Amino acid sequence: QDCTFFTRKEILRLHGRYHEMAPNVVPMDYTKDPDVKLPMQLIINMPELKENPFKERIVESFSEDGEGSLSFNDFVDMFSVLSEMAPRELKAIYAFKIYDFNTDNFICKADLEKTLNKLTREELTAEEITLVCEKVIEEADMDGDGKLGFADFENMISKAPDFLSTFHIRI
Amino acid sequence: EDKEEDESEEEDNDSQRNRASRRKNYQRKNRDGKKTREEGSQKKDRGKTAPTKHQTKRGKEGENKQKKDKKNSTSASSNSSDEESLSEEELAMLKEQVEQKKKLISTMRNKPWRMVKKLSVLREAQDFVEKFEGALGKGKGKKLYAYKMMMAKKWVKFKRDFENFKTQCIPWEMKIKEVESHFGSSVASYFIFLRWMYGVNLVLFGLIFGLVIIPEVLMGMPYGSLPRKTVPRAEQETAMDFSVLWDFEGYIKYSALFYGYYNNQRTIGWLKYRLPMAYFMVGISVFGYSLMVVIRSMARNANESTADGDDDNFIFSWKMFTSWDYLIGNPETADNKFASITTSFKESIVDEQESNKDENIHLRRFLRVLANVLIICCLCGSGYLIYFVVKRSQTFSKMQNVGWYERNEVEIVMSLLGMFCPPLFETIAALENYHPRIGLKWQLGRIFALFLGNLYTFLLALMDDVNEKLAEEDVVKNITHWTLLGHHNSSAGNDSTVTPPPLDPADVPRGPCWETTVGIEIVRLTVSDILVTYITILVGDFIRACFVRFVNYCWCWDLEAGFPSYAEFDISGNVLGLVFNQGMIWMGSFYAPGLVGINVLRLLTSMYFQCWAVMSSNVPHARVFKASKSNNFYMGLLLLILFLSLLPVAYTIMSLPPSFDCGPFSGKKRMYDVIQETIELDFPLFVAKIFSYVANPGLIIPAILLMVLTIYYLNSVSKAYQRANAELKKKMQMQREEEKNKRNNKASNNPMLQDLEDLLTPSTKTESPPKQAEEKKIESPNGTSPVRKPGRGEALAGSPMASWRGAAFIPPSQVFVTQPRTPGVWAPYPGQPRPWGPPLAPLPGRGRGQPCY
Repeated sequence: QDCTFFTRKEILRLHGRYHEMAPNVVPMDYTKDPDVKLPMQLIINMPELKENPFKERIVESFSEDGEGSLSFNDFVDMFSVLSEMAPRELKAIYAFKIYDFNTDNFICKADLEKTLNKLTREELTAEEITLVCEKVIEEADMDGDGKLGFADFENMISKAPDFLSTFHIRI
Repeated sequence: EDKEEDESEEEDNDSQRNRASRRKNYQRKNRDGKKTREEGSQKKDRGKTAPTKHQTKRGKEGENKQKKDKKNSTSASSNSSDEESLSEEELAMLKEQVEQKKKLISTMRNKPWRMVKKLSVLREAQDFVEKFEGALGKGKGKKLYAYKMMMAKKWVKFKRDFENFKTQCIPWEMKIKEVESHFGSSVASYFIFLRWMYGVNLVLFGLIFGLVIIPEVLMGMPYGSLPRKTVPRAEQETAMDFSVLWDFEGYIKYSALFYGYYNNQRTIGWLKYRLPMAYFMVGISVFGYSLMVVIRSMARNANESTADGDDDNFIFSWKMFTSWDYLIGNPETADNKFASITTSFKESIVDEQESNKDENIHLRRFLRVLANVLIICCLCGSGYLIYFVVKRSQTFSKMQNVGWYERNEVEIVMSLLGMFCPPLFETIAALENYHPRIGLKWQLGRIFALFLGNLYTFLLALMDDVNEKLAEEDVVKNITHWTLLGHHNSSAGNDSTVTPPPLDPADVPRGPCWETTVGIEIVRLTVSDILVTYITILVGDFIRACFVRFVNYCWCWDLEAGFPSYAEFDISGNVLGLVFNQGMIWMGSFYAPGLVGINVLRLLTSMYFQCWAVMSSNVPHARVFKASKSNNFYMGLLLLILFLSLLPVAYTIMSLPPSFDCGPFSGKKRMYDVIQETIELDFPLFVAKIFSYVANPGLIIPAILLMVLTIYYLNSVSKAYQRANAELKKKMQMQREEEKNKRNNKASNNPMLQDLEDLLTPSTKTESPPKQAEEKKIESPNGTSPVRKPGRGEALAGSPMASWRGAAFIPPSQVFVTQPRTPGVWAPYPGQPRPWGPPLAPLPGRGRGQPCY
């Protein structure tokens, strides 16, 4: 309970949800500390994540092996960061990870294009996409390297008024 | 230790979950740690170190997580500190380490590490703290220290359990989550607000119920024993009729729900419960508690919203990264959201590409003025209508045969106004052509003014009524007096018994109890408001949805897309309704203690009813806008309403005499006399003296002056902070712009720098290869970019403290520009003159001199 923002009841409830996703695999008794991981497919079918265009990225950035399978620890961690009690800085760190599709610790133009496509379900034309991506880089890139480092991202997101309220999943 | 064993076993039996296992592990380690600590401290006293090391190792082996370097190093350090004797500095260092560990534990959840890592670091830190906490107390104080630590730990555990328990009590979490996933966070914020209000009202109800109503019911005189508690003879036949009850007359009027029921006996019952005092105090504390709760909530909201929403430097970035609402879990809503995001991007792109159209300023201004004039007319009209109707209802109450309509005319008119005026305002506002968010604010302001005007007109009319009743009272007082006298005389004359048979309470002529009347009016208003709200929801949302759904098959045009279509959830209207409802409750609770109970019921049913209505007949908003700032706006409204509803109550308490024959203050000259009475009679003598000294104007006026001065001082301090903040922001912004401009090779659009450039001789040096920065300058890891401006200007811009005083540096430093190898090292601190002497030999990095902070 010290490691997350959840109370005891909530952690227990999370365990219930984790269990019901794969009842035959996940044990009810965690005293032996079993090494059980659920694959990504199961997790992104959760009702809270189903409609999210970034669901795969979210699961990947919280998974320990980078493949997208979550152990229970990672599961709790994910929802703890996405809960409404997590502070802005912590959320910014993970948001950066999520939007960094090629995991090179920079949000480059390709990442931005992918984000935009996911957001608009590819409704925008190619020129519009390039225009928006260029504008974003122009607005947020402080050190002029053509991509967003973490400092740029954090600087930009800390001023955003509704970052905290949108980057929030209730479970 | 046995107890701990039992505890952990219990928990295992309860739930074989992760948490329990963790607890068990922790307690096992706790035990180990404690043992280690005790033994360790004993051994330390004797100076032996080997067993301690052994204990440490054992404790560590108990864990089955991966070893980390950190842990090893800590154990090494702890071993080393064990070995040496407890000298002062060792103690201090140890203490520091323990403090560090404690801090680590408390901030553990903020670290962006993997869970496994967090858990292991946590365990290790906890162990360390366990082990050495006991050892820190020295000598005789050790026991006390250990005891203190144990108490502190127990306290922490207790607090955590209490927090857990509290969150278990929060109702409706699942319901709100459902609404949220369907409609997004802004609609859900209304329901969260509703839940919060419910909590506040519950507390108020508890206060009033427990401290006023229950004592009266249990310990006061029962119904029928006193004149004020009995239905007068004349009304007794109709007292049980439903229509009479619905109007809150009849038996309800003479019950504990209203002010008039309470007796003015100073103490009641065997507890000597001082009812009038309690009534007064509870009335005041209702306002006090509400004020405290609202302000606390506002402060909490203000802490969270630190960003200024009008910063439009990052429009596209924010759109990209923060527009998706992660709470959405419903495909239909998700579709909507995608569509709206796409539209919003397209709009921004269009904005970016087009230049602003030339607007006809004058036409727009004229239209806006016209719209405002129209709306003011509407407001005045509605105010006058209410006044007129209330006056009419007074004449009605004197007539005998009043139909149902006439009786309820006032409430109906007010509710109708509240229902039809807002859409009217909206259509008029179409003339104004504002940005939607600003338009929304105007709309809310106007609805607010409408409700406020209505309420206050109603109150004014009511005041007339009250004054009338006060005049009537004198007359009735005389009649009562003489009747009683006559009765006594007649009965005394008949027989020689000393005590005449008392007059049946129902027959005593009654004064018009103005407080009860006021209470009744407000209660009726509230009830009708509730009913109208529910009916509006039912008809406006549900029936409409049914109509659109079923009649669509046989209608000419597509009902779902076209005119009626499904309703959207009107957040602002609903919130305003809630806020005003609360205002009426606050106003009426002093005169009708039962009103808060009615409100609690209303909020409860409203929650379920509206949840159902929203899920079944509303569609998500087509155009989604953020609700983040509105939270504080609604709290501000609530605060305003609190004050405004405090005013009438305070006025009546202070300046109107209470009725002579009803209520807990009857017989006194003013209601607040009860305080004086209590002080005189109940407290020892010196308290009364103290109060009389304190109430001396000579003391109060300086106190008020002091408070005013404090407010002024705090105000100016906060203004100074704001100014400093704005300065810093401006500097950062300027710097950012300069960076951008340099990167994009645009000319600086800063007028001062332009002038500067013109001034300088165009001895544009091409940039010298940026060398290692001297002293304090930090270069950014960029490649060289062609620099067009002379190094002077850039270095100037690069300075973080680029106050405009930087211009003063130019003349002396021009020396540098003309020199072939320009040392552009800029003194980072303005005001420190550079040594103009020999130019600095190594070329410092100029160009994009990244400032050092």
